Amino acid sequence: MNQLLAGKKFLIMGVANDRSIAWAIAKQLHEAGATLAFSYQGDRLESRVLKLVESTMPGSTMVQVDVTREEEIASAFALLKEQWGTMDGLVHSLAFAKSEELEGHFSDTSREGYLLAQDISAYSLVAVSRFAKTLMVEGGSIITMTYLGGERVLANYNVMGVAKAALDQSVRYLAADLGEQNIRVNAISAGPINTLAARGVRNFSTILGVVAEKAPLKRNITQEEVAKTALFLASDLSSGITGEVIHVDAGYHIMA
Amino acid sequence: MSVEILEKVKNIVVDRLGVEANDVTLEASFKEDLGADSLDVVELVMELEDEFDMEISDEDAEKINTVGDVVNYISSHK
Repeated sequence: MNQLLAGKKFLIMGVANDRSIAWAIAKQLHEAGATLAFSYQGDRLESRVLKLVESTMPGSTMVQVDVTREEEIASAFALLKEQWGTMDGLVHSLAFAKSEELEGHFSDTSREGYLLAQDISAYSLVAVSRFAKTLMVEGGSIITMTYLGGERVLANYNVMGVAKAALDQSVRYLAADLGEQNIRVNAISAGPINTLAARGVRNFSTILGVVAEKAPLKRNITQEEVAKTALFLASDLSSGITGEVIHVDAGYHIMA
Repeated sequence: MSVEILEKVKNIVVDRLGVEANDVTLEASFKEDLGADSLDVVELVMELEDEFDMEISDEDAEKINTVGDVVNYISSHK
C-alpha cells in the first residue's frame, strides 16, 4: 500500500453519499495515509456523511459548513486549527444551481439563480482557499472539481457552465496568488458520472451514453479514476503542477 | 406483481430512508408517508437502477409517488 500522504491533513468538502466523487477521493487519500476532516451542509447530510465516515475512517473530524456563510467557513477552519494546527490541503467538490435553471433557455436564467450558482460553485473555492492558506504553512494542494460545460456549451448545463468557467479561472488566479507559499491549486474536469448532483442535470443518463460512444476510450469514467487523479494532485507526485485543469474524461474533451 | 421485486424495493427503501419495513406498504407515499425529500427520491431511483440494472428516465422518475408505483414500473420495464 502506498503512503504518499502519510501524516498529511486534508479537508474534504462535498460528500453527499457513497456515490459522491468527494467520497471516492476521501477513500484514496485515506488509503494513502492522510488524516481527513469532512464538511457537510445541514443535518440531513450530517447523518449521511457520518454513517459513511464512521464505517471506514472513524474519528475523522466532521464540521458543518454552508459555503455561502462566511462565519461558518471561519468557524470550520478555527476548529481545524484547534485540532490540527496546520493542514496540507483541501478537496472542494461542491456546486449548486436551481434545478429549473439546468434545463430550458439559458437566457431565462434569473439574476438570483445566476448569483447563487456563482456563489456556491465558484466563489466558495476562493473563500475556503483564503482560510486554508493560513493553515497550509508548509504549502500543499487545493483541488476542485470542474466540468467541460465551463469550456464549451453543453445542453442543459446552462448557468452551471458559467459558474464552472468562473471556477476554472479562479483556479488560475489562486494558483498564481498562492504559488509563493508553495500552495498548488488545480482542477479535475471529470467526465459525467452518475452522482446525486449530476442527476440534477436534465436527461443526464443520455449524456452518459453520448460520451461513452464518442470518447476515445469508448466508455464512461468512474469515481475511482477521478480519485486516483486527485491523489496524484494531492501528493508530491504532482509537485510541479499548478493552475492546471486535468481532464479525467476518457478523452472526450479532445473530440470535435 | 412480483413478490421478489417488492422485497428488493423494500430493502432499498428501508436502508436508504431509515424507515421500518412494516411502513413500506404499496400505498405508502415516499414524500408524505416515508419522510423522503426530493434528494432522497433521486437517490432511491439511482439505487433501483443499480439493483434492477435498468434506466429510469427523469420523466418517469417524476411520476413515482408511492412504493407501488416503483414496483409497477419495475415489473413493466423488466
